[in-house]
Amino acid sequence: MSAPENREAFVRPPALELRGVTKRFGAGASAGRGARALDGVDLVLGEREFLVVLGPTGAGKTTLLRTIAGLETPDAGSVALHGRDARALAPADRDVALVFQNFSLYPSATVRENLAFPLAAPARRLSRAEIDERVAWAAKLLHVERLLDRPAKKLSGGEMQRVAIGRAIVRRPKLFLMDEPLTNLDAKLREELRVELRELARELETPVVWVTHDQAEALTMADRVALLVDGRIVQTGTPEDVYARPNSPLAARELGTPPMNLFDVERKDERWITADGVELARADAGAPERATIGVRPEHVLLDGGPSDAVVHVVEDWGPSRVLFAHVGAHALHVLAPRDCALRAGDRFRPTFDVRRVVVWPRA
Amino acid sequence: MSFLVLERLEKTWPDGTRAVKAIDLAIEPGEFVVLLGPSGCGKTTTLRMIAGLETPTAGRVLLAGDDVTRRTPAERDIGFVFQFYALYPHLSVAENVAFPLACAKVARAERDAAVARVAERIGITALLAKKPRQLSGGDQQKVGLARALVRKPAVWLMDEPLGTLDSSERLAMCEFLREQQLEQRVPTVYVTHDQEEAMRLADRVVVMAEGSVLQAAPPAVVYSDPATLFVARFVGSPGMNLVEGELVDGGGAFRTAGMARPLPLAARARSGPVVLGARPEFVRFDASSPLRGRVAVDAFHGPCRYAHVEGVFGRVAARRGAEERASLGDEVGLAFDPAGVRLFDPATGGRLA
Repeated sequence: MSAPENREAFVRPPALELRGVTKRFGAGASAGRGARALDGVDLVLGEREFLVVLGPTGAGKTTLLRTIAGLETPDAGSVALHGRDARALAPADRDVALVFQNFSLYPSATVRENLAFPLAAPARRLSRAEIDERVAWAAKLLHVERLLDRPAKKLSGGEMQRVAIGRAIVRRPKLFLMDEPLTNLDAKLREELRVELRELARELETPVVWVTHDQAEALTMADRVALLVDGRIVQTGTPEDVYARPNSPLAARELGTPPMNLFDVERKDERWITADGVELARADAGAPERATIGVRPEHVLLDGGPSDAVVHVVEDWGPSRVLFAHVGAHALHVLAPRDCALRAGDRFRPTFDVRRVVVWPRA
Repeated sequence: MSFLVLERLEKTWPDGTRAVKAIDLAIEPGEFVVLLGPSGCGKTTTLRMIAGLETPTAGRVLLAGDDVTRRTPAERDIGFVFQFYALYPHLSVAENVAFPLACAKVARAERDAAVARVAERIGITALLAKKPRQLSGGDQQKVGLARALVRKPAVWLMDEPLGTLDSSERLAMCEFLREQQLEQRVPTVYVTHDQEEAMRLADRVVVMAEGSVLQAAPPAVVYSDPATLFVARFVGSPGMNLVEGELVDGGGAFRTAGMARPLPLAARARSGPVVLGARPEFVRFDASSPLRGRVAVDAFHGPCRYAHVEGVFGRVAARRGAEERASLGDEVGLAFDPAGVRLFDPATGGRLA
């Protein structure tokens, strides 16, 4: 069950809690003037929760993970792991496992040796039999049993990433930190591993912070999504919630492919009209006078609207078609059924499913 | 006459690996063809042979009727777009983009106009005065793309040109490439492992595996009527559901492991072992169906959800409405819309019906 607010999270301290975490880099960083990589980040992660931090390149995702892992020290704010202030814990004592997008394996060692390596540290005091047992367990979960005696350098990209994740799970850490682990894989393999790794996390009952720029990972894997833009969390919520009710145009732009259609409009009686006079849809009489409205491409209807639109590109997306159109001078993305007959150059009169239109008041 | 023809084109590496196995392909004037397949399927090697960067071990490449198999890349009038661009570090973005035109001795004013036009379309106008080292990886990639697209060659060859871009940038670039294609009608061969990208861009998708062409057809055909099990699985996200079983009752019903009674199908001519295929949008929950399993995953995808149901037969994904949640662990029955059922031969992987 995806139960982000499971009761346990309130009884026990959260697996992870960030309060006001700020990190600056570059000139003047120590004097509090450098560029902010993280800007007042608050995040809470429940036990067994799968949190996906979604953001574009440069948003601060990797810095966030490195700060949680203890590889960076925040300039302000606090990080607590299972209720303990992380400042008191060296990276090695935090009991977190980091997985990177570049498969970090020992190339000439076998898969078995790679998996056993994190367990071999004398401080772990594991017997040979215990190590073998854990390696076998991890290999089975990640479907790499038949590869155990193969050197890492002979593996395919997908196999390497499975083993890299295996290296993280053998230790049975209290928290996984995943830094775009699927980014360097073929699209088909990414799709398979999304499903597989989500189930694996559920079986392990270990909380995960997974950072990515891939929306499909955020939508399909997360119990909760946090949108990170320019070092700030702009919205958190279930994928369904953040998708249906983005709290700002900025959040709306981060999630959804094709993206949500956004228009700056004014309300004339019960109609939404753009500044250049294009009438778009019906408005509630009580709606704000000036607003930005957002409508998902699947909630654009192809007929019955007040203005003409022109299709300029049609793409085949398997079960559906995507129309890239213009209404007046405004770009409009439409997700249409597969049997939609519109072609490049055709005109149609789009309207919006008004129950699905999101309205943000504008000054 | 086809514009670009590959005739029994073959590449065997010195170690004996047959990377490309005697493929035949004819590309029409103005056509956008996407070579799609997993890593190692031979798609990039094929592209490099078209470009003249690899010499075929057998077969021919014909460009506008001329046999160019033994010609150098420079003698082929080809625009090549790579995943990783080598930009000239000492030149500005504008000079980098203008470079192919400068080489072709295009007049200054015409050159500037062409650079301005492509820069605006790709969204790098603000970067024109910068040096490559001042740019992010994604922006460098856009500059590389602009440099390739500023000139109009006889044919464009593109090797995963959008590989390192974020998904939103990728969407915009796909739209741009499609528009570019509609306007310029330069025949294009584009290589990718990403089936979504292939579906979006292609006039025709050429699905490759292990050095061979499995199917070459428009995206809608590859999607709806895959020629083989591999194509069925590889195209679509998630791919086509495939259930091994047999046709019984003279081909009028399908039976697989763990079923109390067979599932009626529209009558088929034969009986015997088959793999039944159905895209997720042709699968629905049906309490009365004898094909039963438990919900293992219920993944939200934005406009829709995919419920993955696991049974003795394997896994089947059903595409459902964005608000139709399924509870993990629930037992459900599955039914197939007859219009979406495809049958494959389990022995050969080929299509039966």
